[in-house]
Amino acid sequence: MRSHKCLFLSHRSALYDEGNVSQGKEGMKYMQDLKNQGRKNARAGEEGTTYEVLKRCLIIHLNGELDHHNAIGIREKADKLIERNHIKHIVFDFSGTNFMDSAGIGVIMGRYKKVIFIGGKIAVTNLNSTVDRIFRLSGLYKIIEKHDTVEAALNHLQ
Amino acid sequence: MNDTNEMLLEFESKSQNESFARTVVAAFAAQLDPTIEELADIKTAVSEAVTNSIIHGYVDCIGKIRMKCVLCNNELTVEIQDFGVGIDNIPEAMEPLYTTRPELERSGMGFSFMEAFMDQLEVQSTVGEGTVVRMKKRVGKPDKIKDDTQQTKQQHLVHD
Repeated sequence: MRSHKCLFLSHRSALYDEGNVSQGKEGMKYMQDLKNQGRKNARAGEEGTTYEVLKRCLIIHLNGELDHHNAIGIREKADKLIERNHIKHIVFDFSGTNFMDSAGIGVIMGRYKKVIFIGGKIAVTNLNSTVDRIFRLSGLYKIIEKHDTVEAALNHLQ
Repeated sequence: MNDTNEMLLEFESKSQNESFARTVVAAFAAQLDPTIEELADIKTAVSEAVTNSIIHGYVDCIGKIRMKCVLCNNELTVEIQDFGVGIDNIPEAMEPLYTTRPELERSGMGFSFMEAFMDQLEVQSTVGEGTVVRMKKRVGKPDKIKDDTQQTKQQHLVHD
C-alpha cells in the first residue's frame, strides 16, 4: 500500500507545462502515455531505481544491485532531488535489492552528511539478511534507523 | 577424492564489469552447493576486490583485470590481479575506513569486508606493477549434505 502519487512528479509537471493537457479521450490517452513514459524512465534509470518526494522526505526505491557502478548515478540523481526539494529526511527502500557492497555504505554516508546539518535523518527499510549484515558490520546503525516498511519509517521521521 | 576445477577470466577495468565478475564467480562456485549466505559473502568480497582494481589500480585509465578461480574439494580460491599502480603501504590500505578516494564517497570498508566474508585474505603488491588479492573460503558442507540426504531417505522409508 505505497503511494506512488508523487512518483515522477518532476517529469509530469514539466510535460504539463508544454500545454499538452486536453480533456476527455485525448486526456486519458495523454495520461496513459505519461504513465508509459514514467515506466520507461524508471527502467532507464539505475537498474530501475525510482525516487519519490513526500513533503520534505525523499524515498529512494533501490532496484537491482547497489555497487560502485550503480552508485554513481543514484548519487547524482538523489543529490539533485535533495537540493531542488529542500529534502530533510531520506528513506532508502531496499525491497528490490538483494546485493550491496561497500559502495552502498558510501552512498548512505554521503547523503547522511548532506542532511545532518539541517537536522535530517536517514532510514533504511525492507532489508534482506545479506544487506542487513553489511549494515551491522559497518556500524552504520549507529547513525541510521532501520524499519520494516516505508510507512513505518515515514511515521517515525515526520 | 581430489575434486578440482579451475577457470581464468580477463576483462577490462570498467565499472559495469563489477556485476559481471561477481556473477561469474557465484555461478562457478555454485557447483560446490553453497548456501545463499555463502554465495552472498563471495559476491560481496569479489565485488570489493574488483572495484578496488578499477578505481584504485587503474586510477584514470582502462586496464586488464585477471580473475582466477580454483575449486579444490570444498574450498574456493579467488585470485584477482591487476597491473595498475600498486599499493605502497598494504597494512595502511587494509585499515577500516582508510581510503584515498573520499571524493568518490568510498567508505574505506573494502578490505574489511573481504576479510570478514572470506576465510583467508592475502594481498601482494608492487608499486608500478600491480596488485594480487587472493581469497579463500570453504563452501558447503559435503558431510552434512550426505547426512541430510540419508535422513530424507530414512524419512521416506518411514512414510512408505
